[in-house]
Amino acid sequence: MALLHRSWRRWPPVVACHITHTPAWITAALRARVVGLLDADVYGPSIPRMMNLRGNPELTNSNLMRPLVNFGIVCMSMGFLVEEGAPVVWRGLMVMSAIERLLRQVDWGQLDYLVIDMPPGTGDVQLSISQNIPISGAIIVSTPQDIALLDAQRATEMFRKVNVPVLGIVQNMSVFQCPKCKYESHIFGADGARALAAKLALDVLGDIPLHLKIRETSDKGQPIVISHPDSSEAKAYLRLAAEVIKRLPTPCVSSG
Amino acid sequence: MLVSRGTFVGSTGGGRNTSLLSWNRKCSSRTTRSWRTFQATRHHVALLDADMCGPSIPKIMGVEGEQVHQSGSGWSPVYVEENLGIMSIGFLLSSLDDAVIWRGPKKNGLIKQFLRDVDWGEVDYLIVDTPPGTSDEHLSIVQYLSATQVDGAVIITTPQEVSLQDVRKEINFCRKVNLPIIGVVENMSGFVCPKCQHESQIFPPTTGGAMKMCKDLSIPFLGKVPLDPRIGKSCDEGKSFLTEIPGSSATVVYKDIIHRIQEHCATHQSDVEATA
Repeated sequence: MALLHRSWRRWPPVVACHITHTPAWITAALRARVVGLLDADVYGPSIPRMMNLRGNPELTNSNLMRPLVNFGIVCMSMGFLVEEGAPVVWRGLMVMSAIERLLRQVDWGQLDYLVIDMPPGTGDVQLSISQNIPISGAIIVSTPQDIALLDAQRATEMFRKVNVPVLGIVQNMSVFQCPKCKYESHIFGADGARALAAKLALDVLGDIPLHLKIRETSDKGQPIVISHPDSSEAKAYLRLAAEVIKRLPTPCVSSG
Repeated sequence: MLVSRGTFVGSTGGGRNTSLLSWNRKCSSRTTRSWRTFQATRHHVALLDADMCGPSIPKIMGVEGEQVHQSGSGWSPVYVEENLGIMSIGFLLSSLDDAVIWRGPKKNGLIKQFLRDVDWGEVDYLIVDTPPGTSDEHLSIVQYLSATQVDGAVIITTPQEVSLQDVRKEINFCRKVNLPIIGVVENMSGFVCPKCQHESQIFPPTTGGAMKMCKDLSIPFLGKVPLDPRIGKSCDEGKSFLTEIPGSSATVVYKDIIHRIQEHCATHQSDVEATA
């Protein structure tokens, strides 16, 4: 059953990113459109820091939460509702209820895309989202390491079981270049994600290097595609975003 | 990592056990190599993989594909070595690649079975490896082990602030449930280029890293594990990093961390016995 948000004529294309800490870049890379970003990692919300957003959402006249906006991205996260450092010690049922609230009790406005940042795993959060939201496509992000790829394969299987199209795999932290001698090290192995993609008949959507600048800008809340738009790292993300967009349905014309 | 040396209620093998709960930062850590260090000290170690949706212990320990046997005294753990027994949902799946798509109550049920129905035998340390977060798995483990004298938790993080902000929540969780904190391990702390030996902080400690966080929160800092590609490779191949690369600086750090954990356990046990 597809549930329609009361403020939308129809759902915008919904992209689920399976592993946390990544979609700040994808939303930044999609800046040409109106993008919403839902932080579904209730236990470890990172979007507030990565998008440099603080504060409690205000309520509209219709009692919906007003999302926080930065870099043109419309964001909602549990991190806006709890104190930094306060643990969310909830069992699955409460988490499901929280996700519902973060999705449906928010005045998102008209969006071209809604990106959902999902934590790793195949439990309550992932099931609730997959079963209750008409997801247009899922992106699996993994390092090349075998141990990480096990989780990536399980996530793919989960999405396929609940009939969510898997758009492809992103190989993250694929290579590190020494800033001094430029030697390239494959710290987490080489091309493991590509091999898994071939095994699962999935596309490789992109290859993101392990770079100090990406880590620093994440901590500082300055998505690299905005703070260093001409860097090779930013261009890697933009290429990735283009690959994702071409695999999604065309959004309705937004009113903004 | 929670370490407890009190009586473990429910073990059909009886005897003293220690329980160990590890907040394994899934995105960063494969520091379960440290469990091998425990075992290398010739203590009897039980390792419980509480990550139901992402069980990786069988692969890391090189016992992928092994089966769990059942006898009159309960489920038998899979033994990596004579003194290192493991239980994981990974042994109950037809393939380690299979997804476990379970909600909380089902996960809790299996955790309870692992604690109650596995014949761990006489062990010196019970280590519980958990996924990141503060959810069903963590609540259930703490609840089920509440009758034992759990020695403490070890929390693992990278130096980055986006990781540390999650770790602060986990620290607050431990405090809320009166779980002692043995300390924090900073993983992936520095990478040495194999060609020119230049050290890079790939996960920069933009806010001072785990060491500063521990100082601010008055929590022991256990050590910094460097980013050595051979650690991940050992995990992937199911080999003991300590045995394969004994000369690595990471090996030295692992051993030191385990030594500190053991010291904490010994002190904690003495305190418990003194107040009993």
